[in-house]
Amino acid sequence: MLIRNAPDIRFSEITPKSLYLRRREFLQTAAGAAIGAAAAAVASPFAASVAAQQKGQGTGHGSKLANVKKSPLSTTGEKLTTFDDITSYNNFYEFGPYKEDPKENAWKLKPRPWTITVEGYAAKKGTFGFDEFVQPYALEERVYRMRCVEAWSMVIPWVGIPLKDIIATYQPTSQAKYVEFVTAFNPAQMPGQSTRMLPWPYVEGLRMDEAMNPLAILAVGLYDETLPNQDGAPIRLVVPWKYGFKGVKSINKIRFVDYQPKNTWQVMTPNEYGFFANVNPNVDHPRWSQASERRIGEFLRRKTLPFNGYADQVASLYAGMDPKKLY
Amino acid sequence: MKPIVLLKRVIFAAALIPAAALIADAFHGNLTANPIEYITHTTGDWAIRFLVITLAVTPIRRLTGWNPVIRLRRMLGLFSFFYATLHFLTWFVLDWFFDFRQMAKDVAMRPFITLGMATYLMLLALAVTSTQGSMRRLGHRWTQLHRLIYVAAGTALFHFWLARKTVVPQFQVVLVAAVVLLGFRAWWTLRTRTRAHARESVAH
Repeated sequence: MLIRNAPDIRFSEITPKSLYLRRREFLQTAAGAAIGAAAAAVASPFAASVAAQQKGQGTGHGSKLANVKKSPLSTTGEKLTTFDDITSYNNFYEFGPYKEDPKENAWKLKPRPWTITVEGYAAKKGTFGFDEFVQPYALEERVYRMRCVEAWSMVIPWVGIPLKDIIATYQPTSQAKYVEFVTAFNPAQMPGQSTRMLPWPYVEGLRMDEAMNPLAILAVGLYDETLPNQDGAPIRLVVPWKYGFKGVKSINKIRFVDYQPKNTWQVMTPNEYGFFANVNPNVDHPRWSQASERRIGEFLRRKTLPFNGYADQVASLYAGMDPKKLY
Repeated sequence: MKPIVLLKRVIFAAALIPAAALIADAFHGNLTANPIEYITHTTGDWAIRFLVITLAVTPIRRLTGWNPVIRLRRMLGLFSFFYATLHFLTWFVLDWFFDFRQMAKDVAMRPFITLGMATYLMLLALAVTSTQGSMRRLGHRWTQLHRLIYVAAGTALFHFWLARKTVVPQFQVVLVAAVVLLGFRAWWTLRTRTRAHARESVAH
């Protein structure tokens, strides 16, 4: 006879009180959204996408971004990955561990109102509303290759702002050696954050000279539209010579610091992920080869390029450093 | 029709659903942006699920005392082998497209591929010797050989764990199921031995 005790509930499984208390807010929002969607369905020809959002089928198309200028720094001569693929195949653990989870769950995120806090060693600091934060800059289209550490890649027409221009605004002091970026922490909107899959919130960082490189941008859109939630709305980092996990999404904190930030994947698995994470076909991930990659939409693998093909623009940043340590 | 025969047919049909769903998804273009990865994960998930389900047959028989259930075991094991074969072929054909040099490197250098390959070879040995004829020919050695399934379950789980960047819920489910099922066997074996030992002691 097999008699088992009921398994103890792990502490991590207990809903935090703050979350539990917000369940009404959730119900109200859900009800409101349903009514809103119904009203919109009657009123608006764009209702289909609104209704689709409420059913959890992703966030569809965003609004059109005006006055986006083309950048000479864009990668040319490569076929763009489709909007559908870019928005349905995402690593965004805040919305779940599987590639299709972000599209399914990202509608829960409210990308407005949004604030970005700038702190640390800088002359100008504070908390800024999203529009106030991005308003001073012209938007640029940057077509970049995106190479994931899992050995797949895309070509994405980002819309963003050069990170160096943003940094200049806040005037970091000489003590600022690194920039640290933090994803918003809001388990009610990002359900993955109520699990212990990763230590939350997600943190990434760049050395100051990397952050000042002209290729680094903070993206606010893709395909001339505002960034879909599953791709890191409203604002995310894009550093095309590094593996995709460096591209921290849904940023709400930027810190100028004098230490090398402990980026999330390095904290999680230090023997597999480092700080620099530069794309390097000659340094394999301990569990798989980085020599080749599968471009989304193609069948055969293609060779991975050093610095993801951006060596001319960025290799000098790492002169004198051991490339084996740059993973 | 005996209940077990009916059950066997139902399970046979049900076990083909994941493969059918994959084919339907392929026709509807629902294999995600990275179809090869999706096929690899789906077939791998089902191979390991059927392996764990196979391990459940004996405990179910012991707990319920319904002996005919044992007639499902070989079929379930072969379904694990079936999905493992699709999983292996996906890697062999779709992922590397007959690039033997890279595949050899993959097997030799990456522990999780090595483990996957070892698991597959074990399942192959079990599948080949799963016939009535083999059982007769091998006699008691057949039982010994087929204990390999415990090793295969271990290497398969290790392979699954190493293949992902984090512990995914899917992994937790099969791990817990396997631990419970193997734990049951260990406990059962231990208890049987202790009793046998106790009987011997009394006899002396």
